[in-house]
Amino acid sequence: MNLRRRYLRDRLMVGLVYLGTSVVLLPLLLIIGYVFVKGVGALNWDFFTKPPAPPGEGGGGMLPAIVGTFIIDLMALAMGGLLGLGGGVLMAEYPEHPLNRPLRMVANVLGGIPAILMGLFAFVVVVLPMGGFSAFSGSVALAILMIPIIMRSTEEVLKLLPWELREAGLALGLPRWRVTLSLILPAAKGGIVTGLLLALARAAGEAAPLLFTAFGNQFLSFDPLGPMDSLPLKIYVYAISPYEDWIQQAWGAALLLALMLMLTNFIARRAMRRR
Amino acid sequence: MRERLYGKLGDRIFIAALVTLGGAVMFIAALMAWELWSGGAKAFRTFGFWGFVFGREWNVITGQFGAWPFLVGTVITSAVALALAFLPSLAAAIAIAEYAPRWLGEVIAYLVDLLAALPSVVYGLWGIFVLVPLVRDRVEQPLFLWSAEHAPALMGLLGPPTGIGMLSAVLVLALMIVPYASSLARDAIRLVPREQREAMYALGATRWEVVRRVVLPYARGGIFAGVILALARALGETMAVTMLIGNGHQLPYSVFGPAATMASVIANEFTEAEGGLQLASLLAVGFLLFLLSLVVNFAADWILRRMSVGEGHE
Amino acid sequence: METRDLTVYYGKKAGVRGVSLPIYDRKITALIGPSGCGKTTYLRALNRMHDLNPIVRIEGQVLLDGEGVYASGMDPVVIRRRVGMVFQRPTPFPTMSIFENVVAGLKLVGVRDRDRLMGVAERSLKAAALWDEVKDRLHEPAVGLSGGQQQRISIARALAVEPEVLLMDEPTSALDPISTQAIEDLLARLKEQVTIVIVTHNMQQAARVSDYTAFFLNGDMIEFGPTEKIFTNPADERTEAYITGRFG
Repeated sequence: MNLRRRYLRDRLMVGLVYLGTSVVLLPLLLIIGYVFVKGVGALNWDFFTKPPAPPGEGGGGMLPAIVGTFIIDLMALAMGGLLGLGGGVLMAEYPEHPLNRPLRMVANVLGGIPAILMGLFAFVVVVLPMGGFSAFSGSVALAILMIPIIMRSTEEVLKLLPWELREAGLALGLPRWRVTLSLILPAAKGGIVTGLLLALARAAGEAAPLLFTAFGNQFLSFDPLGPMDSLPLKIYVYAISPYEDWIQQAWGAALLLALMLMLTNFIARRAMRRR
Repeated sequence: MRERLYGKLGDRIFIAALVTLGGAVMFIAALMAWELWSGGAKAFRTFGFWGFVFGREWNVITGQFGAWPFLVGTVITSAVALALAFLPSLAAAIAIAEYAPRWLGEVIAYLVDLLAALPSVVYGLWGIFVLVPLVRDRVEQPLFLWSAEHAPALMGLLGPPTGIGMLSAVLVLALMIVPYASSLARDAIRLVPREQREAMYALGATRWEVVRRVVLPYARGGIFAGVILALARALGETMAVTMLIGNGHQLPYSVFGPAATMASVIANEFTEAEGGLQLASLLAVGFLLFLLSLVVNFAADWILRRMSVGEGHE
Repeated sequence: METRDLTVYYGKKAGVRGVSLPIYDRKITALIGPSGCGKTTYLRALNRMHDLNPIVRIEGQVLLDGEGVYASGMDPVVIRRRVGMVFQRPTPFPTMSIFENVVAGLKLVGVRDRDRLMGVAERSLKAAALWDEVKDRLHEPAVGLSGGQQQRISIARALAVEPEVLLMDEPTSALDPISTQAIEDLLARLKEQVTIVIVTHNMQQAARVSDYTAFFLNGDMIEFGPTEKIFTNPADERTEAYITGRFG
């Protein structure tokens, strides 16, 4: 019995497993560290309140991008949330409906498509007919990104509710649609909100779908039908630029974006627990 | 009577609304496929479908466009990134689900999931200013100088050691896809029933033997699902790759030198596309990327269905 | 094998308290008692299965051939080869064939010789009364068999490493009556080769199958003796109450 060798191998594998884990965690910590250290310096009052300044001048901020991020993402959430919720409710509450199987397949497909293709799609169907870039087209692209996420999470949350809840509502004489609307959805409120927030967080970090839809804008704009800036877009543009102060702002934007995402994730998890 | 109407009518309207929404989702997906195809039709017509797919030249000036360099770039970067990411992802999953005590496992899991939450542009930003100089100074230039002295034939394979290029892009891509592979593997490992492990321990096995002979085989469906998910993400990953890969259209690619993927060429050139043919060609590349994603997803589904270990297997 | 004053703590609570019990060689010892009485906890202490659970603490002694199982030099991996276990739910390894399942324990120690493995598989499957049923489909997945057959594979698997003692934790409670009968018949033949300790919540099974019986209640071992005596003339009134079905 080569027991010794077996034990040696056992110890070796423990080491390798933890080594592999460190290979994964070390770069993560490096990224977080660098973003924090390099970004913190850029986050001053100007950053939050001023539009960008020409390169080399210094000063200037990210106000248009910050505002734009909110506008584009919230519009996307409205559109994607509506479709996603509708689809999710359909799949969970009316599982016998013939639309379900193709819908589920489509949702899986949509979920696996690269984000940039949604930008291409929005370009062709919104930007071209409209004759120009717009925040709206960007929101459309992001909404499509969100739909599969929201559908899946809504369906999961609704399916977790015990069937007896629906039966109780029906037994009270309520029609099925009332049961769903007034009984089931409120009961699943926390989980649904969590799903929406997680989808929002996912979309908020994307730049690819916005490259040729919202396109970016150095001026502060609230017009959904015109080009608008967004934090991820700005990070991209500034990061590949040769200007030192722009690069500095890119780190700041990265830090801000990361903090916003962490906050959203945190709230989402709280909503989940409140269920 | 009125109540019946309220009930029945309400139900009809409600379902109609839901079906409309669900139908809209399906319509959007179908429209997407259609628009990508028809938008790229000009390019397919000009060069022929297979002519475009295998076309090796992408020249804005001569108006000659072919998708092959980007197909190759996508496949190479994704495959290499996956190969690099697989073992560490599995290791992390095993650490979380088998080896680490509860509290440590949760910390590691949280951190690994954090990797998935970071936006692509942030990876790109970090990649440009932290990873690239590191790779350039510590890996590429020493290797290049070594090969210049000892194996000059290799220099072509290695390519210009600027830091920006295939190597850096692949490294960051590998990091980005780890959480996808790892979290599905982790779930699959957690699902292995306690009795399976106990049965193996009862035969006199060490912990690693239990993991290797019982847990991992039992979990192989989920592990594979994670691998496929990671692959799908790698194929479509745009921003970080674009920022690090250098936009080189020329085949053959070298290890250090600039390259391009389908996603990166679209990101790089779309807004400045001159004329209908280039635009159509980029859309055609988009269509090909769409097809590739579909194929990978369906293949994955099919393989997964044959691989799963379920209870009630008879 | 025997235990002396064995106590098993789950955190602060004692699942089993001060149990001293002889386990006679080549005999079947049954552990009976109502649910939660500690019989499974006791059983698992015999092959150090509790080692897998960080909140469990063991006091007292478990002796195998006179040596302490929990003594500081003793390796649980070695112990578990000498003291095998069969669980309540049949647990064939689903990714392995019937053959691979049975020889899984042998492969652990590095036996690769195909002929030897085959020989052991045949011997063990015969001992588990399964050989004739599966000899033509040894390389088919083990999960394709019925529950009773799967449990016999688990038994064959445990027997393949030639343990001195075989622990069985309610091995037939998940099976239909016919499979149960088949396994009970099997036990009578098995005891010629291995010492058997069987936990069962089915008293009739204990009466049918075992040579000695121990009655557990709330973590204490109330009475131990030859099966016939326990069932016809128990010394303790609690034993009598359980046996006559007044509780549990």
